[in-house]
Amino acid sequence: MMDAGRHPRIELFTNSQVENVSGFVGNFNVTVRKKVRYVDEDACTACGECEVVCPVAVPDEYQEGFSSRKAIYIPFPQAVPSSYVLDMENCLGTNPIACGKCADACEKECIDYDAVDEVRELEVGAIVVATGMQPYDPTEMDEYGYTRFANVITSMEFERLICAGGPVEGHFIRPTDRKTPKSVAFIQCVGSRSLNRGVPYCSNICCMNTVKDTLLLHDHYPEMQNKVFYMDIRSFGKGFEDLYRRSKEAGVQYIRGLPGDIEEDPKTKNLYLTVENTLNGGVERHEVDMVVLAVGLVPRTDSEQIRQMLTLSQTSDGFVMEAHPKLQPVDAPTKGVYFAGCVESPKDIKDSVTQAGAAAARANILLNDREVRIEAITSIIHEEECNYCGRCVRVCPFHAITPANKKQGVFPKVVEAACSGCGTCAAECVTDCIDMRHFEDAQYYAQIEAILAEDPMQKIVAFACNWCSYAGGDNAGTSRLQYPANVRLIRTMCSGRVDEDFILHAFRKGAPMVLVSGCHFSDCHYIDAVTWTQQRVEKIWDKLEKKGIRPERLQLEWISAAEGQKFAKVMRELEKLRQAVTEEEVAFTVDLLIREQKPTPKRRTNRDTLALLN
Amino acid sequence: MNSNGADQNIRIGVFVCDCGMNIAGVVDTRTVAEFAETLPNVVAVVRNRYTCAEPGQNEIKRAIREHRLNRVVVASCSPKIHEHTFRICVAEAGLNRYLMEMANIREHCSWVHQGDKTAATAKAMDLVRSAVFRATLLQPQTEPVFPVTPATLVIGGGVAGIQTALDTADAGHQVYLVEKSPSIGGIMAAIDKTYPTMDCSI
Repeated sequence: MMDAGRHPRIELFTNSQVENVSGFVGNFNVTVRKKVRYVDEDACTACGECEVVCPVAVPDEYQEGFSSRKAIYIPFPQAVPSSYVLDMENCLGTNPIACGKCADACEKECIDYDAVDEVRELEVGAIVVATGMQPYDPTEMDEYGYTRFANVITSMEFERLICAGGPVEGHFIRPTDRKTPKSVAFIQCVGSRSLNRGVPYCSNICCMNTVKDTLLLHDHYPEMQNKVFYMDIRSFGKGFEDLYRRSKEAGVQYIRGLPGDIEEDPKTKNLYLTVENTLNGGVERHEVDMVVLAVGLVPRTDSEQIRQMLTLSQTSDGFVMEAHPKLQPVDAPTKGVYFAGCVESPKDIKDSVTQAGAAAARANILLNDREVRIEAITSIIHEEECNYCGRCVRVCPFHAITPANKKQGVFPKVVEAACSGCGTCAAECVTDCIDMRHFEDAQYYAQIEAILAEDPMQKIVAFACNWCSYAGGDNAGTSRLQYPANVRLIRTMCSGRVDEDFILHAFRKGAPMVLVSGCHFSDCHYIDAVTWTQQRVEKIWDKLEKKGIRPERLQLEWISAAEGQKFAKVMRELEKLRQAVTEEEVAFTVDLLIREQKPTPKRRTNRDTLALLN
Repeated sequence: MNSNGADQNIRIGVFVCDCGMNIAGVVDTRTVAEFAETLPNVVAVVRNRYTCAEPGQNEIKRAIREHRLNRVVVASCSPKIHEHTFRICVAEAGLNRYLMEMANIREHCSWVHQGDKTAATAKAMDLVRSAVFRATLLQPQTEPVFPVTPATLVIGGGVAGIQTALDTADAGHQVYLVEKSPSIGGIMAAIDKTYPTMDCSI
């Protein structure tokens, strides 16, 4: 921690939040709000005089509320930066000054009640997300009485009670009588591995953390009788099995079974655990002085903002999704963004440090390159067909198109560095004068025609966005989820690329069913391009209805990269819908749409492909 | 096919991958390859056991030279896995990397239609035709190049964030470490001893 605080190339922003991120790989612009601390962190010597005179006492978060801190406080003795902070929510008030004692006591005069937030704009090439996790709150598991019995604590609270720097200086006591317990029971998998409450996954660290806790108690109090109630002890890492063995040799009783219920003796405040010992089938009742709930690790509730800002997807467990679970485990699907630590999945300190090293290496590869190549998939405006309407400027999620001005004859212009290639402008352009490099209109028409060249009644044309739905299809494949073979996918970078006429063209060529599929709104890799997809599809549904074409023949689905199951389910449902489409209605649709077809722009039919062959 | 793709000078090579039995176990790749030969502008079709392996990639390079291919279609796995591989492969043979197209006949076909080999083979043929039609209209592209700002933002000052910041800074780059609470340290700083070495967390 101290190394990070004094490193010449690390600038620390504590009490700070990332408010906005824009840009792209190698060239991100970041807005950071450094929240006011009211104490000059460079000048503060952490002498503590301010704290002595502060009259306000509130529960100390660092000590899990077992002791109190003042309104002006240092989070913990080894804090970095080593500076006090004024908690204005609990301060008696500075405007007008209600107390002012801390400022009077500060010899360095580093307390400033009029200080304000500082907003900094940063330019970075890479971003590492290391926002971590949070312990599971066991309140909902009422059978363990966490909120009813003071002697039932969580594993995080245990850490503070056993720590020499904790509220009782490491003299482990139980809350009701402040005496060292004679026996402690640990209950494993609290909030983990449950399909009903908490989370379905294994939280990775709780078994070994408990093993460690039993050894700490044994070292401090060799006579203490400790028991661990578990489903399975997972001691798979280097040195872990040794530690588990040591714990058993130290006399810790490992009982296979999770208590169904905890009762408290109203007089002694001792706790009774009823458990089915699954190794012998017997129902047992254990009396202990204290219970520690080994709580699992869950995604942070406050990391949602960061997730959305960087358009990071999440896996079904709520942790962020990596670009590839095995081959790119620390890369985000968004280029230039990497993961370290528990934001990706629950892990212990060693694994967090290992992953942090990997994330740093990945970021450094990018930074060392000095330059970055952007995929050649940006949009091109064919000015000769542009009517200055400005729709492209309005729909671009990245504000990458500069405004048009008809009077001055200024066409809209694409800022290539800012364009991410979603194709929303190309799909929304009213004169069809915008195309995407490498994802051209003509190429999509060719694909649609290829798919429907033979036996179109049997085919479902599905437009799937690269990041989510197409990847969801890959996920279904990797998981070997079976579905009917009638669907043919066409990959678009974003569902926002799917032009109304692509859909109509599929119907025109005899497709019984068309699917447009994109990311969930919160996952859209192009900020909010997916909202244009939705609006467009809704408009097409109306149009189809007016034409006498059943709108159900066009489906819209949001499928994430992690939702292989959903992908397969959607494909099965589509096939059912397809079977209900009659040849007569397809014939009617084809006939109508061919009659209504507008002439295709010249540039699409008369391409000079010869030029490519030099 | 509309007239714009039927240019006689387009020379497409199609490479159908067995992926061991991953594809060939379900999709009749011989039939797919024979079908590919009938498609417009296709001048060479090669079947491979593993197209992504070095012999498979060498086949692509050899065919590009021998048949003067100016478009390549690889019918194998998801482009999410090997688009990069094959783009580099065709570039090494002198072709613009954007003149390569993939047909995903594994994740979107053989792996998900294991019970119906005929339908899976028919689908694979459609996907190959779709890729060939698209490839016909592909154009060489030049990728825009931008400078990289040599700095890293690390969001979160727990053990992972601190270690990332130190490693990146030690490698010579500027780091901005942003932490929500008033001190770095995160949950690690609240833990007493850590397993398996039983030493202090801070």
